[in-house]
Amino acid sequence: MLYREAGDFKTSYRADQQTFPIRSERILFWAFIVAAFAVVPFFINDYWEKSVLIPFLVWSMAALGLNILVGYCGQVSLGTGGFMAVGAYAAYKLMTAFPEMNILLVIVLSGGVTAVVGMAFGLPSLRIKGFYLAVATLAAQFFLVWVFNKFPWFYNYSASGQITAPERLLFGVPVTGPNSPPWATYLVALTVVFVFAWIGKNLTRGRIGRQWMAIRDMDIAAEIIGVEPLRAKISAFAVSSFYIGIAGAMYFTIWFGAVEPTEAFGINQSFRALFMVIIGGLGSILGSFLGAGFLVLLPVLLKNLMVGQLGWATDIASHFEIMIVGALIIFFLIVEPHGLAQLWRLTKEKLRLWPFPH
Amino acid sequence: MSPDFLYFIETVLNGLMSGVMYSLVALGFVLIFKASGIFNFAQGVMALFAALTLVGLLTGQVPFAHLIHAIFGVEAQHWGAGMPALLAVIGTMVVMIALAFLIERIVLKHLVNQEPIILFMATIGLAYFLEGLGDLMWGSDVKALDIGVPSGGSFWWEDVTREWAAEGSDYFGMYIDKLDVTAAIVAAVLVVALSVFSQYTRMGRALRAVADDHQAALSVGISLRTIWVIVWSIAGFVALVAGIMWGSKSGVQFSLSLIALKALPVLILGGFTSIPGAIVGGLIIGVGEKLAELYIGPLVGGAIENWFAYVVALVFLLYRPQGLFGDKIIERI
Repeated sequence: MLYREAGDFKTSYRADQQTFPIRSERILFWAFIVAAFAVVPFFINDYWEKSVLIPFLVWSMAALGLNILVGYCGQVSLGTGGFMAVGAYAAYKLMTAFPEMNILLVIVLSGGVTAVVGMAFGLPSLRIKGFYLAVATLAAQFFLVWVFNKFPWFYNYSASGQITAPERLLFGVPVTGPNSPPWATYLVALTVVFVFAWIGKNLTRGRIGRQWMAIRDMDIAAEIIGVEPLRAKISAFAVSSFYIGIAGAMYFTIWFGAVEPTEAFGINQSFRALFMVIIGGLGSILGSFLGAGFLVLLPVLLKNLMVGQLGWATDIASHFEIMIVGALIIFFLIVEPHGLAQLWRLTKEKLRLWPFPH
Repeated sequence: MSPDFLYFIETVLNGLMSGVMYSLVALGFVLIFKASGIFNFAQGVMALFAALTLVGLLTGQVPFAHLIHAIFGVEAQHWGAGMPALLAVIGTMVVMIALAFLIERIVLKHLVNQEPIILFMATIGLAYFLEGLGDLMWGSDVKALDIGVPSGGSFWWEDVTREWAAEGSDYFGMYIDKLDVTAAIVAAVLVVALSVFSQYTRMGRALRAVADDHQAALSVGISLRTIWVIVWSIAGFVALVAGIMWGSKSGVQFSLSLIALKALPVLILGGFTSIPGAIVGGLIIGVGEKLAELYIGPLVGGAIENWFAYVVALVFLLYRPQGLFGDKIIERI
């Protein structure tokens, strides 16, 4: 009853090609967005902000970026952590060098800087494919983290080697630093993610997205039908790094406020983003959100269950968590290689026919 | 000879030795990749798991002690007695074979005919699972592993090399760790044994057939699943050897699983499909790393060991995308 396409007639090509062609789906989506923008900010508190919502939004952004590269263009990258570090350090340098600059502009410009770095590290993808490329992107991961540790210019010669986000206002409300109210940081993150998810969705539907998918499905065949591999691959690296850089900038400015490269942007973060993309669904924008939500919520739930309810030691809980994440990856790859997004698609199919499946 | 030259030789020798250690890990990767086309990211964690199990058996730890304590409240850390080294090694090998069997049963069986990249990701999942399991079974503290592998600097070699230095120079001889020499010998024996196994035994011939062409091998009656169990067992054995060597060198701890990351550039340098490639690649990376740390490191502020190997491999790949000894990549539509 909730989900019907009967009576939903299209009179133009435009209406037929929209992102959500079914009316009830559109209503559901906008209701969700309105709730996220207008209802959640009134109920948000510090715990929900710092351990659920902001992590979810930041990781969605990173997963979105990685999904564009891995899911749409088929180039496996293990350098996400390194690119997030570029975004974070670019944001830090911009914030300290231009104190007057709007924080939103800082975040977007950090994405731009990361895109340039990403393009440089994407160049080998023209020669190197598959596993060899995955390993080659590890070079970016290790090299970038090393650079940010090694050259004091990046952390403004601070004694601890850490970078700390100074307080910045947006419409008179602090959105970075320790005094920022939860609803403000949440709204900033939500706005950024919403805008770029919307752009991402339309990019992947358009010409450039089709080029990426052609390269993913078979690069030689794509080249023969006139897709330029150089442009397609490098643009995928650029867009992907742009998103990941924004995620890194938000990770640093509005989530943690102070980071140190080795821990915050290590290889584990690269794997984490990759897991989100796999569990969520390769080649799906919605999947990036589902995967991020899943992997952000799972540890919180497990921790509440094992440490809070059963009273186990935290180290046992964390070992269990790693095991469960690993097992889930395998489980998803075996049972549903297209991830949570595919489950949602199947659910929709079922709902369409409900309550008369035959 | 001048001390500078001797330093150079010492660096090269030590580089060769650490290269052998990388090769030990890379070997396991190559074996599995050749036989099943799977890039097994879990190889490093398998080495860690093997080493943890070995230490657990040696010292007589109770597996899952912390978990049992958390659930049942029973405090039982040790059986009270350990095992002799040989028995513990055999016991660990049995565990690794069981692991290979389970991996085939639970994971690989369901992923036949999937794309290589899916299988690769499955092994990343496996790596996480094993990492958690190992810690949960045996605890996550740093453990010493001592099964009687000789270690420490060789005084004899120090004396010999001191003679070589010019009269009156303050050169105190070369430092070569006996453990590294042992590892080199073990690696050599391992490679010879593996090549003999694959060249002259029935099973080895089947392995090579599968590596050559899965379908053709199936059609002449070779059971793929049996072969996979065997290959993963052998990889488990190589992981055990690597685990023993690395564990004796730097203790059994989480960072042991990161040697997989060290072995990756070795692999792409040597090519995924070549056993000699793994060895030669390991040696090149080992020597390159040490020399770079000595000569380039001071120019850029040191600690370049982490990424130097990757950059070498990356630059190298641009010229030869299939690695030094890898099979030529032929692409068809």
